[in-house]
Amino acid sequence: MVNFVWLVMIVFGILVAGAKGNVDVVTKAALDGANDAVKISISLIAIISFWLGIMKLAEEAGLVRALAWLVRPAMRFLFPSVPKDHPAMGSIVMNLSANILGLGNAATPMGLIAMRELQKLNRGRDSASDAMCTFLALNTSCVTLIPTTIIGIRLLYGSTDPTSIVGPTIMATAFSMAVAIIVDRILRLIYSEKGR
Amino acid sequence: MFEVIAELSRWAIPLVLLMVPLVAMLRGVKVYETFVDGAEAGFSTAVKTIPYLVAMLVAISIFRASGAMEVLVAVLSPVLNFIGLPAEVLPHAIMRPLSGGAALGIASDIIKTYGPDSFLGRLVSTMQGSCDTTFYVLTLYFGSIGIKKYRYSVILGLTADLSTLAASIFIVRVIFGMGG
Repeated sequence: MVNFVWLVMIVFGILVAGAKGNVDVVTKAALDGANDAVKISISLIAIISFWLGIMKLAEEAGLVRALAWLVRPAMRFLFPSVPKDHPAMGSIVMNLSANILGLGNAATPMGLIAMRELQKLNRGRDSASDAMCTFLALNTSCVTLIPTTIIGIRLLYGSTDPTSIVGPTIMATAFSMAVAIIVDRILRLIYSEKGR
Repeated sequence: MFEVIAELSRWAIPLVLLMVPLVAMLRGVKVYETFVDGAEAGFSTAVKTIPYLVAMLVAISIFRASGAMEVLVAVLSPVLNFIGLPAEVLPHAIMRPLSGGAALGIASDIIKTYGPDSFLGRLVSTMQGSCDTTFYVLTLYFGSIGIKKYRYSVILGLTADLSTLAASIFIVRVIFGMGG
C-alpha cells in the first residue's frame, strides 16, 4: 500500500507536470522535499535527546510503570500483545496525553520512545507489529482538545464564535477513534491469517 | 472548560520536568547520569528517520508542485459531490493526511474566501482540527525504528481519516444546519 501511494504520487506528479509543460518544477520540488526532510530530522535531534533523557529518569524512578499500571484495563484491551506493565504502555499513554493537550513538541518524542519500546517486543524485525499498527491508528485519529492554530485563523478572519468548532471537532475525533479501533481489530484478524 | 484545558496544557510540561527528577532522586536514582544515558540515543533515533522522510517528502513535494492535485480534484469532485462532500473542501481532504502545512494553507484560504462562520468555513475548520498528517506520522514513527513493511497501518490510517471526514460533514450539518 505504501509502495503504491508513493509511486502514484511521483509518477502522476511528473506526468501532470509534463502535460502542463512545466516539467522543470519536478526537479526543484524533489530537492525541496529532500531538504525539508533532513531539516525536520535534524531539528528532532534536540527534542528527542531531551525527552529520552527525561523518560529514562521516569523509567528508572518507576513512574512509567506506575502510569502503565493506572491505565492497564484500557491498554490491555487495546494492546493484548504487549505484556502488562511494560514500559511501552507508559510511553504510549504519555504520547496520547501530549497529543490531546496539544503539546506537539513533547508528543513526537514520546511517540518515538513508545515505538522503540514496541520494537523491542517485535524482536527488531523490519515489519510492523500489531501493537504498532494499533498505536499509530490511535495516534493519528486522536487529536488535541483545543486546536489553537485553526481557532487563531478563524479569529483572524473575523469569526463571531471562533471556538464553536471545538465541540464538532471532538465529536468527529471520537467517532473516527471508535472506527479506528474496530477496523484495527478486523484488519489484525485478516492479516494474522496471512502470516508475517 | 476551555480555560481549564488551556491552563493544564501550559502546566503539563513544567510539572513533568519538576516531578520526574524529584521522584527519581527520592527513589535513589543518579539523576544526572541517568538523564545523559537516556539522551544518548537521541542523535541516532533522529538521524535514522532521514531516509524515510526524504522518500516520503520528495514524493509529496512533487505531487504538490506539479499541479497533480488539481487534476485529481477535477476527476473526483463529481463523485464526491454525489455523496455529499462539497468540492471546495476536496483539496483539503486530499492534502490533510500528506502535509499539515499545505492543508492548513488550504483551510485558511477557504476560511478567508467563504468566511469562518459559513458552512464551508466551519466544515474545513473541523476537518483541520480532527485529522492528523497520517503519512508523515507513519513515515517518521516507523522510520525511527527501521520498519519498512507497514502492513495494514496505511489502510487503517486512511480509513480513520475518511471516517473523520464523513463525521465532520455530518456533525457540522446537524449542528449548524445545511446552509450555515
